[in-house]
Amino acid sequence: MTKIIELKNVNKWFDKFQALKDVSLEVNQQEKIVICGPSGSGKSTLIRCINRLEEHQDGQIIVDGNEISENTKDIEKIRAEVGMVFQQFNLFPHLSILDNCTLAPIWVKKMPKKQAEEIAMQNLERVQIADQAKKFPGQLSGGQQQRSAIARALCMEPKIMLFDEPTSALDPEMIKEVLDSMVDLAKGGMTMIVVTHEMGFAKEVADNMIFMDEGKIVEKAKTKEFFDNPKSDRTKLFLSQIL
Amino acid sequence: MNIVNFKPNKDNLKSTLPIGIFLISIGLIDIILNSLLNFNLTSFLPEKISFIAPLIFGAIGLYLIRIEFSGNKLLDKINKNFNSSSFNAILTLLVIFALIKYVPPLLNWFIFDADFIGNKKEDCTSGGACWVFVKVWFNRFVYGMYPDAEQWRINSAFIMLFLLVGASFFVPSKYKKYLLIFLVFVYPIIGLKLISGGDFGLKYVETGAWGGLSLTFIVSAFALILCFPIGMLLALGRRSNLPAIRYSSIGFIELWRGVPLITVLFMSAVMFPMFLPDGTYVDKLIRVLIAITLFEAAYMAEVIRGGLQALPKGQYEAAKSLGMGYWRMHFLIVLPQALKLVIPGIANTFLALVKDTPLIFVVGLLELAGMVNLAKTNPKWLGMAMEGYVFAGLVFWVICYAMSRYSQNLERKLSTERQ
Repeated sequence: MTKIIELKNVNKWFDKFQALKDVSLEVNQQEKIVICGPSGSGKSTLIRCINRLEEHQDGQIIVDGNEISENTKDIEKIRAEVGMVFQQFNLFPHLSILDNCTLAPIWVKKMPKKQAEEIAMQNLERVQIADQAKKFPGQLSGGQQQRSAIARALCMEPKIMLFDEPTSALDPEMIKEVLDSMVDLAKGGMTMIVVTHEMGFAKEVADNMIFMDEGKIVEKAKTKEFFDNPKSDRTKLFLSQIL
Repeated sequence: MNIVNFKPNKDNLKSTLPIGIFLISIGLIDIILNSLLNFNLTSFLPEKISFIAPLIFGAIGLYLIRIEFSGNKLLDKINKNFNSSSFNAILTLLVIFALIKYVPPLLNWFIFDADFIGNKKEDCTSGGACWVFVKVWFNRFVYGMYPDAEQWRINSAFIMLFLLVGASFFVPSKYKKYLLIFLVFVYPIIGLKLISGGDFGLKYVETGAWGGLSLTFIVSAFALILCFPIGMLLALGRRSNLPAIRYSSIGFIELWRGVPLITVLFMSAVMFPMFLPDGTYVDKLIRVLIAITLFEAAYMAEVIRGGLQALPKGQYEAAKSLGMGYWRMHFLIVLPQALKLVIPGIANTFLALVKDTPLIFVVGLLELAGMVNLAKTNPKWLGMAMEGYVFAGLVFWVICYAMSRYSQNLERKLSTERQ
């Protein structure tokens, strides 16, 4: 197993508020990690630091051998390798689903249009919305939009996928279709870090669980052990509330 | 029957409706006779009551026909739209009366009493508008002082422009961008060279002789095309993270927005040449074009910035997370959406620009309104100001209305929301 992401003593402040406190983490290739914790505990901030949508002020973040720093060229390179799925989908409303998917491969990876479209259709097929390719995001349901967003991220052929509460903005009956796509992705061997409250999904997919509170990693354990035998009282309390 | 509690309704419709219509007709006939034939139907009443008699008749009549759910579709429609309450009924009557009183004289002045035939002021005898004035001066209103023999050059420049723009709608999308590049970067040079002349055997026509509607178009078109990209860069600059760029953008925008256009034009004409080394000369028209462009760019920048601010942060984050850099993110994701949001604001700025062009008279350039101004002071045509300004106003209105319609059209076409 080779390390693909490494965080060493990462600290982050929003003005005076410390969002991350000495966070250290290693992620191996093909590993699936689910991060849970109460709101405001720094889960989203942590994964947003991994592709520098947030800047960390202290510590080291190394993604696929490159350290994240001020250098923008490197950051763009890292971002092209790290796919991200957002809570609010963030599809580009002025482009069709297919164009959403092909835009970055064509302009960032300089892929020929034809090839980009082939890859896009494969990925849309994979999340089962190939028939919606010509539509605009505003014409789709929330679940379909989120699956399009997953397909869009996959079209960059990323090595790592980050999910920032991908099902929190969805109606209950649409959560399943999105989770199904994510399970399928996990089985395909993708390295995934997922922030979610969907514990059923975590049990099915995750190799390791992380529980965060107040900017710190309180507990990191193998999934089975995390649910059957949590060590910290804070984790026990949290699990008793959400399970 | 209790007269106080009497209310027109469906049951007494048979009696109230004819009485109501009768009263309204009396009111209308009275006002028509009064304003068109100078005959007062109600002259037997005291003068003050006679004056408002049509209003009283009309209001009572409208009250009598205000019947809810009468079953008559036309009546229901009238009641809903014009007669929903006593206040609305009186407003309706006043508007109708005003139309009857003022539209016919206006039409008379415009068309029925107007003079179209002849070629001098003395041919206008009937008392209405003297369109002979516009007819005789039409050539000057369109071409300014441009020599008659060379006017085909202006015509062909504009025909070429229309052909190019027309062609851009029909050529396959593959060649569209080349056509656009040609239109924005190459055509202006060809067009200007064609009109100004000096080479290729074309007689040189100095810019002081340009004028009229063609100059309005030239100034507007150049300023429109140039102020847009400059405004876009200023808007991005004002939101930049780099302090040097941000503060110089803010400074530029606030400087130009804080000064009246007329002052800017004066400066460009009087002050600017003083800063140039001796012997260098920048044409008056070019100085004016630069001044107007920069002035409007400052406004454009703020309009576009409004659109940039309206975009959710998620759009920036999604673009970044796909590995796009600053320029790709802005040109592929941010600007297409932001510009679409502010089409009404952009159209607003463009319309204001077109209507600002007459101000170039302060440097001695006479576009359409300027030419009208000049023509009305011609000793042979004194007293024709009204006709001239109405004509200029109409032309400006047609141009601006066309632009406004186009912008609405564009908004609809670019909409990707669920209908």
